[in-house]
Amino acid sequence: MASLPGRRDHGAAGEGNATKIPFRYCERVHGDRAFTDRKFMPRQFEQPIDVPDAFALENVIQERGGRRVLAGVTIGLPKGGFSALIGPSGAGKTSLLRLLNRLDDPTSGVVRFLGQPIDDFPVRALRRRVGFVFQTPAMFPGTVADNLAIVSTLGGNMAADASMRVADVLRLAELGADFGERSAADLSGGEKQRVALARALMTGPEVLLLDEPTAALDPEIAEHLMHTLQRLRESTGLTIVMVTHRLSEARFTSTYAVMLEAGRVVEAGPSARLFSAPVEVRTREFITAGEGGTDHG
Amino acid sequence: MAEPPVDIGWAQLAFASALILVAIALSAWQRLGLGKSLAVGAARAVIQLTLIGYVLAWLFNTNRWYFVLGVLLLMTLTATIAATDRQSGAAQAQRRLRPICFASILVGSGLTLAYVGAAVVDVTPWYNPRYLVPLFGMIVGNAMNCAALAAERLQSEMEAGRGQIEAYLALGATPQQASAEPARRATVAAMIPTINALTVVGVVSLPGMMTGQILAGSSPTLAVRYQLVVVFMLTAAAALTAAGIVLWYRRTFFTTAAQLLPRVTV
Repeated sequence: MASLPGRRDHGAAGEGNATKIPFRYCERVHGDRAFTDRKFMPRQFEQPIDVPDAFALENVIQERGGRRVLAGVTIGLPKGGFSALIGPSGAGKTSLLRLLNRLDDPTSGVVRFLGQPIDDFPVRALRRRVGFVFQTPAMFPGTVADNLAIVSTLGGNMAADASMRVADVLRLAELGADFGERSAADLSGGEKQRVALARALMTGPEVLLLDEPTAALDPEIAEHLMHTLQRLRESTGLTIVMVTHRLSEARFTSTYAVMLEAGRVVEAGPSARLFSAPVEVRTREFITAGEGGTDHG
Repeated sequence: MAEPPVDIGWAQLAFASALILVAIALSAWQRLGLGKSLAVGAARAVIQLTLIGYVLAWLFNTNRWYFVLGVLLLMTLTATIAATDRQSGAAQAQRRLRPICFASILVGSGLTLAYVGAAVVDVTPWYNPRYLVPLFGMIVGNAMNCAALAAERLQSEMEAGRGQIEAYLALGATPQQASAEPARRATVAAMIPTINALTVVGVVSLPGMMTGQILAGSSPTLAVRYQLVVVFMLTAAAALTAAGIVLWYRRTFFTTAAQLLPRVTV
């Protein structure tokens, strides 16, 4: 089993032993703490099993330029899970994702990471535990190896094993070992996104946040990246939270899904259930429209 | 001084002003529509320079250190307003830029002037306005342009580089690390005109101060040495000012939690 370099805490999920639980979130419930509005929790799933939340949001409101992009979001995202945030554009998916490693802070409400208010963690240390892959990967100057090695210099104490780590993350991101010498600026969109993924893995994160990582990619390349993420999660126990507008992608890769619209949670639950038997009319309409049409939300 | 300069009386000045009429006549002939601007500009030049002449005369006569420092501060303030008024971008950005710009120009020019006054020109008394005011005027004028360029460029580099800056921040970088590249580019851009001026001085341009000194009867070699002191001062003050702007201004783009603030909209 591959292990992510520098990992602090792998958690129980996805370690490959008897406790491995992908797709087993079906019976999980957020508990009263995380879920005040019971309407979103269908009764047949209220059998709590003890999977802690990686993130819990409580009545989170986010305003941007006078507009309310998140209008009171209360939700939990399972540790060790692959959560997909879905919904029409402007629903607040990216705004929500950016709260999870404090690229932004909410206007009001509480965001918890592993049960603690997220601003209890020193922000830079938090970001090294919670990686972020952007929709448009911004490459740093130099080669792919430069892009990866520089991460070690940002935090201070990890410079020593940088080259070993570079080889590790190239392998985890399923980039060939010879990629290190390529110029980052000359890569294709799909390759850049993999380099961005590898770069995020350099800090040895416990969580990976991905903001529409496949938005600019061809379907085949997008699918390949999704498989990489699945394998990565299975081999390392990473918690993944991904914003996506490709519903098929969300359906087949995620274990947990959150449907957002107009800054509110419409419905949340295990992907296996949410995509096959959505409770809310809006979710059903959204999924039907997305699958009948062009794969766009 | 070897020989005193030829005196220019009011009559001679009136003859000189006929030169402006040449430009105005040219404008009328070619229908450039510049006549009014030329006349207003010339009038402003006459009034401003006459007034400053009286202020300087008063300053030299009273010869008080606090008046001299007051005038230097006023010059810095005027330069700050000129440098920040030309900035594009929102009023919000301008408000946060002003104090930084003022401090950078003041520290950059002040330190340079203090060093030159103490170690090079040996001004006595230390506040002698006959040296401090003209020298400070030249370096503040240059520092002003440098500050305006540094701020303008930093602003645009920070906007253009948002993706890269957030990519750095998301990896646990400090705001300083994340904005290193925009800061470097802004500093280089701000220094280029000063470096260019340094390169061509005496070849393409004969500086006003040197020619003035020669006209006033100074020996050309002494005038050249003065001018060299001045260009070195200009360079040092420009570098210090650019560094100050870039170091302080870029911090205002981030929150204390190392978050890049949203784009400033006009």
